[in-house]
Amino acid sequence: MEHGSFTDNSAATFSLTEEDHTLANAVRFTLNQDPRVTFSGYCIPHPSHARVNIRVQTTGEPAREILKDACQDLMLMCRNVRSSFDKAVEDFKASNSVKAMNIDSQDGDSEESE
Amino acid sequence: MAGKEEENKKFSIWDLPDVPMGQLPPHLELQRSRVFCNRDAPIHTESVQYSGAYASMGVDNSLRLDHFCNNFRVEVVRLTEEDMEFDMIGIDAAIANAFRRILIAELPTIAIEKVLIANNTSIVQDEVLAHRLGLVPIGVDPRLFEYISENDQPNEKNTIVFKLHVRCERGSPRITVKSDELKWLPKGSELVKESRNATSDSSSKPETYTSFSCSQETMPELAKNPIAPKYPDIIIAKLGPGQEIELEAHAVKGMGKTHAKWSPVATAWYRMLPEVVLLEEVEDDLAEELKVKCPVNVFDIEDLGKGKKRATVARPRACTLCRECIRGEEWEQRIALRRVKDHFIFTIESTGALPPEVLFTEAVKILEDKCERVISELS
Repeated sequence: MEHGSFTDNSAATFSLTEEDHTLANAVRFTLNQDPRVTFSGYCIPHPSHARVNIRVQTTGEPAREILKDACQDLMLMCRNVRSSFDKAVEDFKASNSVKAMNIDSQDGDSEESE
Repeated sequence: MAGKEEENKKFSIWDLPDVPMGQLPPHLELQRSRVFCNRDAPIHTESVQYSGAYASMGVDNSLRLDHFCNNFRVEVVRLTEEDMEFDMIGIDAAIANAFRRILIAELPTIAIEKVLIANNTSIVQDEVLAHRLGLVPIGVDPRLFEYISENDQPNEKNTIVFKLHVRCERGSPRITVKSDELKWLPKGSELVKESRNATSDSSSKPETYTSFSCSQETMPELAKNPIAPKYPDIIIAKLGPGQEIELEAHAVKGMGKTHAKWSPVATAWYRMLPEVVLLEEVEDDLAEELKVKCPVNVFDIEDLGKGKKRATVARPRACTLCRECIRGEEWEQRIALRRVKDHFIFTIESTGALPPEVLFTEAVKILEDKCERVISELS
C-alpha cells in the first residue's frame, strides 16, 4: 500500500487497487489544496489493471496522515454537496407546486368571473 | 547623496495605493477563475490548485472547508421524472468529473443478463435477441436487491425473472414483438431443469433454474408497483407467419463498469458557464451584424434613441462556444468569450429505474464510500 517511506515518512507513494481516475483525481485535488503538501500527483501504471499510484510529499508531517486528512476533507465536501443538493431540490419542488397551484387558482378565478 | 540612497531603498508593492491587500489583482483573478476561449485555442484551462500558488502575493489559495461550505451553491433549473438540469457553483472540475464518472459507470442497476431460450424460430439470432433484451431498461429500484456472484444460487433477493412467449400464426400478417410482451414472473423460473437423478421423488416440486423461497410480490414495494420494462414500446424482434419465440430472461444487479446495459443514465454531462463580455461598444451596423451572426441568439439590440443602436449580451448561458462571433477580422478585440471555472451546468438523463435527483444523491454517497474505504485501508 505505502511504498518508499521506509527512511523518511514525509514522502510516500500509495498504491490503491480497484480505483481509477474517479477517486484519484478528486483526492489529488484535495491534497494539493492542503498547505502542508509540497507535491502531490497520481498515475495509472497500466490501464488494464485497476491500480492507481498516489504520490505525496509534505513539509515534514507523515504522508499517511496527510492523505487521511485529505480523504476526510473530501468526505465532508461530499456531505456538504449532498445536503445543499437535497435542499435545492426540495425548494425547487416546493416552488413548482406553488406555481402549479397558483395557475390552477387563476384559471378557477377567470372561469368564475366569466 | 543621502536623498538618492533613500529613493533606491527597496519598496514593497503593498505601498502602491491600488493593489488591494490580501486579494489578487483583477487580471490575476481573471486568469485564476476564467478560461479564455480564443479563436485558435482556449488558454488558462487548468484550475490553479496548488495551495502556495499565490504565496508571494500573500494570498492563500488553500482549501478551507468552511470557505467551501459557505460558497458552495446548487440551483435547480429543470426537474422532471426523466431528466434534470442544475447548476453547481463553487466546486472544482476534479470533483464534478468524479460525480459524472460515477453516474455513468458505478451506480448499480438491474438488467437482463441470462436468457434461457426454449424455442426461437424467428430470423433474429439467439445471441442478437439476448443482447437486445439486455439493453431494455427495467423500471425497478436496484437498492431492493443484492448482487449475485458466480457460486450463488439465484433466489428472490438477487434475480428477477421475465418470460417472453410470442407466436405468429400462419396466415396472419407479420407481428412486431415489443417490450411489453416481457411478463414478470414473481414466483421465479418456470423452466424445469432436467433431473438426472432417477431416485428423485416424483411428488416433490420439479427443480427449476432459480430457487425462490417466496414470491417477490410479498415484498411491500413491489406489491404496489409490479416490475415491468420502463418503456412498453421498444421493438425487440419481428416475427413472420409460423415463427415463435419462447424464452425466459433473468435480470441481475450490476454496474456500468462491466457493461453499458447496467448504466442508469442515458447520459450525464456537464459544461462550464459561458461568459460573453463586450470589450468595446458595438454600435449600429456592427451590432446588427453581431446579432445575426450568433446561431443561438446570445446578443440583442438595444435602442439608444436618435437612430443609434447598441448590442448587449442577453442570453450568455445559451452560448455553445461556436466562436462565430469572433470569426471575422477584428471581432476578437470587441468580444471576449470566457468560461467560469467553478460553475458547472450539470444535466442528467435517467433511463427510468430511479429519478435523476436520487441518482445524483447515490453518486455522492458512492464517492463518500470510496473515501472511507481508502481511510480504513490506511489506518
